[in-house]
Order: sequence, then structure tokens, then C-alpha cells
Amino acid sequence: MATPVMDKAETPGAAPAASPYITVTFRVRRFDPEVAADAFWEDFQLEIDPKERVLDGLHKIKWDMDGTLTFRRSCAHGICGSDAMRINGKNRLACKTLIKDINPEKPITVEPIKGLTVLKDLVVDMEPFFQAYRDVMPFLITKDTNEPTRERLQSAADRERFDDTTKCILCAACTSSCPVFWNDGQYFGPAAIVNAHRFIFDSRDEAGEQRLEILNDKDGVWRCRTTFNCTDACPRGIEVTKAIAEVKKALITRRF
Amino acid sequence: MSTTETTPSGIGPVEGDGGLSYGPDNPAPVIEPPRKRTKKSPRSTRGNFEMHAWLFMRLSGIVLVVLVIGHLLIQLVLDGGVSKIGFAFVAGRWASPWWQAWDLLMLWLAMLHGANGLRTVINDYAERANTRLWLKALLYTATVFTVLLGTLVIFTFDPNIR
Repeated sequence: MATPVMDKAETPGAAPAASPYITVTFRVRRFDPEVAADAFWEDFQLEIDPKERVLDGLHKIKWDMDGTLTFRRSCAHGICGSDAMRINGKNRLACKTLIKDINPEKPITVEPIKGLTVLKDLVVDMEPFFQAYRDVMPFLITKDTNEPTRERLQSAADRERFDDTTKCILCAACTSSCPVFWNDGQYFGPAAIVNAHRFIFDSRDEAGEQRLEILNDKDGVWRCRTTFNCTDACPRGIEVTKAIAEVKKALITRRF
Repeated sequence: MSTTETTPSGIGPVEGDGGLSYGPDNPAPVIEPPRKRTKKSPRSTRGNFEMHAWLFMRLSGIVLVVLVIGHLLIQLVLDGGVSKIGFAFVAGRWASPWWQAWDLLMLWLAMLHGANGLRTVINDYAERANTRLWLKALLYTATVFTVLLGTLVIFTFDPNIR
């Protein structure tokens, strides 16, 4: 982490510019089942450059203030999808949210994503989410079982058809922003439908019918209430609700 | 990190705990995942019912816009407005099979549309299986009662009732 502290130390003789640091309060939802049965809010005050990200703030807390704070992060650059959390009441990736963009004058609330069991602090059990993902068979299926002798070619237009849904990083920001999923985790959830869409509309894949049948479930696409929470939450800008609508349309017309 | 004292269970000492520590003999409470799909959870029911219900909502919605706005115009706005409505006005309208059919269609579509909408609301918001069952039982009873009563009245209406 290239912190501004380093730059400052190297240029001690520079004119004393106004400090970029501001005091921010992080209000973090803490939960440790080995200590207490109930979750609670804990405030952390830290000096941070508002151009830094929420994840940097969490790192500061974990490394310098309270090592027991638990959260997931891997790449820290918006690709791995580990650090989806509810920041100021909205699902976001902590590594893509700048402090200055979320009103640092007020305490910044950080909670685990909703609808999944909290294991500790900001870490949730992702198993039901991945279960739904596995259920839609997110892999290429072809009728030809022989090993292919040449590349499976595809026109640019055919590739464009499902381009939007290839962007999913499985962070669960969409699924855990869905009110239907909050109440009934049996719903497949937007992320699973997005990943089914990615293969249903892939001209190389031949199991579209099968996948549509899976999503025709009573907990499938028809439970979508088009609240657009998923589209708002997606850190990759996928038009999730549109993808779900396209799957619905494909189910009705059986054309895809 | 490696210098942190740990108890044999691997869990560090808890701040301010009165000797409370978890280990093999005193395991931490298990959190049950409430939404996990297990082998015991019911076999998912695939079928076209939900699709047809979804389509019905869209199509009946479109038809209802025409029926209901037409109904409101005739009853409340045109030709003297609400003050003209009385037994004679209703009797006069139901003398024509056109208005009988209009009202019958509106009754059925509105009731089924509303009932299906409430069914999805109950499915979305009722948390326990029993609550769901009873709310839906109440909903279906009310729907069937209203639809049958309305249909009966439309078909057996007698303007010379008195």
C-alpha cells in the first residue's frame, strides 16, 4: 500500500501544505460468536486521506488499532470480489469505494452483506450463494462429447450478445441486495441468473434449454420483482435486471 | 502476530473475559445457516405454473387498465357523475349482456390479478411456513368467495326484486 506517509517523509523540507488527512469515523458492525451472541456497532476514529478507499481504512483499523477485526479481501483491486460489504447502507466493494465519495463528515457504516449468515464481523457464509451458482451449471456444455479438434469459433456479434454478463466477479453484492433473497434464501438470486444468462446466450453452448428449465423453478427467475437493487449494487455495472428479463423472455418464447 | 499468546484451542485470550474460553470441551455456539440448501430441503418444483402466473399478471394488467378506467369513467365521471348511481342505474346496465360481460370479466381478472399479487407478497414476506400456509388459505378462501358471489349476482340479478 503506497501510503502518503511515505511521500511526506521523503520531502521534509517542502512547504507545509494543508494536510490531506481528515478524521473519519468508521462505524463497523462487529460480531464474534465466541464472545457474544449479539452483533454490535463499534466506532473507530482514524486519520485518513479522503482519496483513499474504505478498504484502506479497514486495513488501518486491523493493522494499527484492533487486530481482531475480520473481513475478506484478496486482490484489493475490484477483481476478486471478496470484499463486498454494506457501506453506508449500500452494497459496494470496499476496494472500489473512495472515502470522499461517501460523505466522510458523518460516520461511515460498514456492515456485512445481508441475507447470508454472518460468521464473524464482516465475513459471511457464502455457501448458499455458491450453491445457487453451481445449480445453474456455469460451464460450457456441448452435445458433442468428443474432444474438439479445432477452436469453437464465434462471431463478434454472437460474443457481444452475452458480453455484459461475462463481467460478473461473484462478489454477491447483487444477490445480497435483493429483498426476495433476504427473506427467502431459496431464491436463486441475481448472480446465479446472470451466470446462467452468460451461457444461455452463448452460441457455443448447447445446454440453454436445460438451464432455462432450471431457472423455471418456483424459486427461479419468476421470483424477481424487478426492484433493480441488483443493478444498483453491481460494482461491475452489469445490467442485472435486464439480464434477468432476457432470461424470462427466453423462457416464454423459447428463443435464445 | 506469532508472538500473540494463544490458548491450546488456538483462540487468543478475550479482552475482559472472566476465564471464558472455548476449546474442545467448551465449544463455541454453532451458528445454523438459515438458508442452506440441504438434501432435506424440498425437491425444487419445476413447472410452468410460475411462468403462467407471471404472464397472466402482465396480460390481465393490460386488459384491466381498459376495463377499470372505462368502469370508473362510466360510473363516476360521465353523464352526471356519481350522483346518478342507484339501483335503477345498475339494473339498467345489467340488462345488457355487454355490460354483464364487462363486469364479469373485470371481476374475474381483478380478483385473480389481486389474489396472485398477494400470493407473491405472502411468498416474499411471510417468514414461517405456517404463517404462509394460513395467510394463503385466508386469501384463497376470500378470493373464491368473492368471485363466486359476484358471478352469482351478475347472472341471477333480478331488477324486479321488490
